[in-house]
Amino acid sequence: MFDWLNYNPTAAFVVFSALKIGIAFGVVMTMVAYAVLVERKVSAFIQDRVGPNRTAPPLALKIPFVGRFLQGLGIFQPMADGLKFILKEDFTPSYVRTIYFWLAPAIAVIPALLTIAVIPFGSMLGSEKMVIADLNVGILYTFGIVSLGVYGIVLAGWSSNSKYPFLGGIRSTSQMISYEIAMGMSVIAVFMMVGDLNLSRIVEYQSGGLHHWLVWRQPLAFVIFLVSAFAETNRLPFDLPESESELVGGYHTEYSSMKFALFFLGEYANMIASSAMMVTLFFGGWQPLWGAAPAGSVFAGLTHILWFLAKLVAFMVLFIWVRWMLPRFRYDQLMDLGWRRFIPLALANILATAIGLGLYSLASN
Amino acid sequence: MGTQLSQYFPVLMLFGVAAGFAFGTLAFSVIAGKVGRRTRTKDIPYECGMLPEGPGSARMSVKFFLVALLFVLFDIEVVFMYPWAVNYRDMLKTNAPLALGGMVSFLGILFVGYVYALKKRAFDWRS
Repeated sequence: MFDWLNYNPTAAFVVFSALKIGIAFGVVMTMVAYAVLVERKVSAFIQDRVGPNRTAPPLALKIPFVGRFLQGLGIFQPMADGLKFILKEDFTPSYVRTIYFWLAPAIAVIPALLTIAVIPFGSMLGSEKMVIADLNVGILYTFGIVSLGVYGIVLAGWSSNSKYPFLGGIRSTSQMISYEIAMGMSVIAVFMMVGDLNLSRIVEYQSGGLHHWLVWRQPLAFVIFLVSAFAETNRLPFDLPESESELVGGYHTEYSSMKFALFFLGEYANMIASSAMMVTLFFGGWQPLWGAAPAGSVFAGLTHILWFLAKLVAFMVLFIWVRWMLPRFRYDQLMDLGWRRFIPLALANILATAIGLGLYSLASN
Repeated sequence: MGTQLSQYFPVLMLFGVAAGFAFGTLAFSVIAGKVGRRTRTKDIPYECGMLPEGPGSARMSVKFFLVALLFVLFDIEVVFMYPWAVNYRDMLKTNAPLALGGMVSFLGILFVGYVYALKKRAFDWRS
C-alpha cells in the first residue's frame, strides 16, 4: 500500500514531514491547554485551595466513578476555556490602530510555534529522524525566531493606543532584548565543547547516561540560560510586562476573546519551547537517564520520545512552581541582573571554557 | 533530499500550519463569537475607571532607547562569537595561540566597551 513512498523520495519526505509536523503540533497544543490546567491546579495546591473541579460535559458524569474523578481533576476545564474564548464577545475598540491590533496576536503566537521545528524530540522511528527540520544552524534558527516574538508584544502595546499596554509593551521589549544577550552568550560555552550548532549532534554528544549531560560541565551556562528563559517568556519572577498590580494586564489589556487567548497560547508555547531547549542543550534531550545508545527498534524510538516528554514536563512544572513561589522583581533589579551580573558572568564563562579546553588539548597532545 | 535548502521545506510547512492556526482561530472567533456591541464607555481606553488624559502612547524614558542601542551592539558581537565557538576545538589542534588569542583580544575590546557603558551609568535604572 505504501510502496509508492519507496519509489518517490520527495513524496516520502513531504508526507513524513507533514506527519511529524501534525503530531508535534497536536502535542504542543494539547500541552499548552493542559499546562494552563496544571498551572491552576499547582497554584491551588500551593495556596491550599482546590482548583478547578466543577466543569464536566453532561454525559461524562454518567460514567460511574471515573466521570466524577476526572471532573475533580479538572480534565474538562481546558475544553470549556477554549470554547469560551471562541464564543466570547470580540470587541475591537475604535481608538486602536486596527490592522496592527489584529496582527499582533498572530505575530506573538507564530514564532512561539515555529521554534519547535529544530528540536529533536526523539532518536529514530524506523528510518525517520525524530526532528521536524534537522538544520545545521540549529540554535541560530531558534534565536532568530525567538527574537521575532518581540514584535508581537511591541505591536500589541503600541497599537492599543492606551497607556497600560504601551508601558507593558515597552517594558517587555527592553526586558526580552536584554536577556537575549545573556542567553545567547551562555550557550556559546556549550557550542565550544560540542563543536556543532546542530541540536541533534548536541544530544548525541551527551549520550551515555546522566553523568554525560552538559549541565554538569556547564553549570553556570545552564543557570544563566534558565533565568534568561524565565525573563524571555515573561514569567514570574520577571513578569513585569503584565504585572497585574501596576499595569492591569500589560500589553494585552485592551484585548478580548480569541485575540487575548492567542497571547496566552504564545506564552505557554514559548514556555514549552524554552523547556525543550533546556532539555536538549543541558539535559541530554531524548537520551535516557542511564546507558543505552540509540537502538534501532521502534520500541527504543518510542521510549526515547517518552524520555524527552518526561524531561519537558519536569521543566514545565518547574516554570509553574517558580511562578507561585517567588515574588516579582523590581524593574531596576531586573535590568541590573541582566546587564550587570549575567553579561560579565557569561563572558567569564566563555573565557574559562576557552582556557579549560586549551589546557585539555595541551594535556592530550 | 541532500541539498541544504530542502532542509528548510518542513520549516515552511510548519510556518504554514502555525500561520493557518493563528489566523484561522481569529477568523473563526469572528464568525462563531458574539458580535461586539459598541457603547461609549467601551470605547474609552481602560484606565481603571478614570477618564484617560493625553495621548495613548505617552513619552517614555530615554533609558529604553539606550537599551535598544546597546542591544544592537552586544547582540551582533555575540553572533560573531558563534562561528569561533563551533570551530574552536578544531582550531586548537592546528593553531592554538591564534584560536585563543584572537577571541581573547576581541572579548577584551568588547569588555572595554562594556565597562565604558557601565561607567556612563547606562545600566543604572535607579537614578
